[in-house]
Amino acid sequence: MTTESKISIRHVHKAFGIQRGSKQLKAENQPVYALQDINLEVRQGEFMVIVGPSGCGKSTLLDLLAGLTKPGSGQILLDGKAISGPNLDRGIVFQQYALFPWKTAIANVEFGLEAKGVGRKERRETAQRFIDLVGLGGFEHRYPHELSGGMKQRIAIARSLAYDPEVLLMDEPFAALDAQTRETLQSELLRIWEATGKTIIFITHGIEEAVYLGQRVAIMTSRPGRIKRVIDIPFESRRSEEDLRSNPDFVKLRHEIWELLKDEVSRAQEQEKSKTLDAYAEGRSSAKGGVRHG
Amino acid sequence: MAEGNVAKPLILQGRNAGGALERVTAKARRAFRNSVAILLFLTAWEIVPRTGIVNVTFFPPFSEVVNAWWGLLRAGDLQDHLAASLTRSISGFLLANLIAIPLGLAIGWWKTAADYLNPFLELMRNTAALAILPVFILLLGLGETSKIAIVLYASLFPLLLNTISGVKNVDPLLVKSARSMGLSSVSLFRKVIVPAALPTMFVGIRQAGASSILVLVAAEMVGATSGLGYLIQYAQFSFLIPQMYAGIITISVLGIIVNYLLLALERRLTDWKQTYGE
Repeated sequence: MTTESKISIRHVHKAFGIQRGSKQLKAENQPVYALQDINLEVRQGEFMVIVGPSGCGKSTLLDLLAGLTKPGSGQILLDGKAISGPNLDRGIVFQQYALFPWKTAIANVEFGLEAKGVGRKERRETAQRFIDLVGLGGFEHRYPHELSGGMKQRIAIARSLAYDPEVLLMDEPFAALDAQTRETLQSELLRIWEATGKTIIFITHGIEEAVYLGQRVAIMTSRPGRIKRVIDIPFESRRSEEDLRSNPDFVKLRHEIWELLKDEVSRAQEQEKSKTLDAYAEGRSSAKGGVRHG
Repeated sequence: MAEGNVAKPLILQGRNAGGALERVTAKARRAFRNSVAILLFLTAWEIVPRTGIVNVTFFPPFSEVVNAWWGLLRAGDLQDHLAASLTRSISGFLLANLIAIPLGLAIGWWKTAADYLNPFLELMRNTAALAILPVFILLLGLGETSKIAIVLYASLFPLLLNTISGVKNVDPLLVKSARSMGLSSVSLFRKVIVPAALPTMFVGIRQAGASSILVLVAAEMVGATSGLGYLIQYAQFSFLIPQMYAGIITISVLGIIVNYLLLALERRLTDWKQTYGE
């Protein structure tokens, strides 16, 4: 199995020495363990969902996969080679879209292609193709502020797919959207995944979203984040199913994950509370630096 | 003159024919709203001196001021003084841009430097440029250099502070997103930091534009033999009161034009920005 892995996460640890921006550092100079011994194999073309309570280090893991930070120990392999930094072989979709507000939709999609060194004409054609793929033909020349949240996220997905990464990393991409837009985009994402055959690592705190999208779901513990269990979601084709969410198997899996996650969520909330209290006890300027999200 | 102002916006825009009349009335209403206070003020200026409430010698009616302005224009004095002032303020302003923008970008990018320098820069900004005019005159003499230097000084700090804060406040998520696409530091700076900081930089550019004129006029009143500030001062000393007012009006109009031009440039460069209101 190791040989056919697209991404291998092996014994990855990550700790933060201090939190940036706060002044009462000396008291809590001991490192905060964000991730502890993470092991995960993701196959070529697989849709892997990572679900966990807030503050469990999901986003830290994603930053590591993106190559934006380096693991304290352990390694992450892409096609058997260690990840050494950010690269266009991985595309990221952020919760807050991260579109460049001074660029039109199509120029945003072209951004990664530009970084890749693709010529002007080809760039435009590729960008157009991916805008059509995410169903936003006709909106090419709109600026981000002229688009709805759902549309922005479609453009962000198009931007990440356009430069043809090996792996698509998605960090709670639908969390900021309203429920209906979210469901539409979830099924759209499945369609896009089937059309492109990309390997996707999708991070969420939504259990239903995880079961609906993932071929496998990895459940993380509260901090320090570990992989508690990886569960197979054995639906053949999600998109042919009329109302998958009310399918008894779906409900059963959702409940199973909920059982696994329940304790972690309450522990995470306890951690957050005590941390906030500590920060208050130590004096001023607490609230903001206290909560590390993700 | 006033009529011309009212008519202008009507010609400037107007896209398709549908609801043309409605748009024309809306524009006319806006033009009225924008100009009514000014027109009232000018009318009062015309009438009040004639009724004898104030002394006509010190406060001539507006029409006399316009006459004096026209006289100055025909004699060529106005153009000479305007040219002298503009040369100084534009040189100082452009020099300030050349220095402050690259410097501000560098300081803003290097956060530690920004943290150390900001209090100092705030202090310099709040040191009124005119208060140190004597220093400039002592060091640089009464010539053009000291005047350009004072404009440079007055423009420098708003530019510098706004550029720094523009760079510092770039949404870190945009930086993260660009970095995840493997951008080098140079292209990150060019393609993300600078465009993202541009709106804030323009706040500084407009402040600098305004102060470059204000400060210059005051400097010209203290020690100069040309320029609009000198014109006003000289007219007052020579008891050419309508001419003095003509100089003052010229400065007001110049200030408005400069602000308008910078605003137009800003709109052009940051047309992607969400515009509130109008």
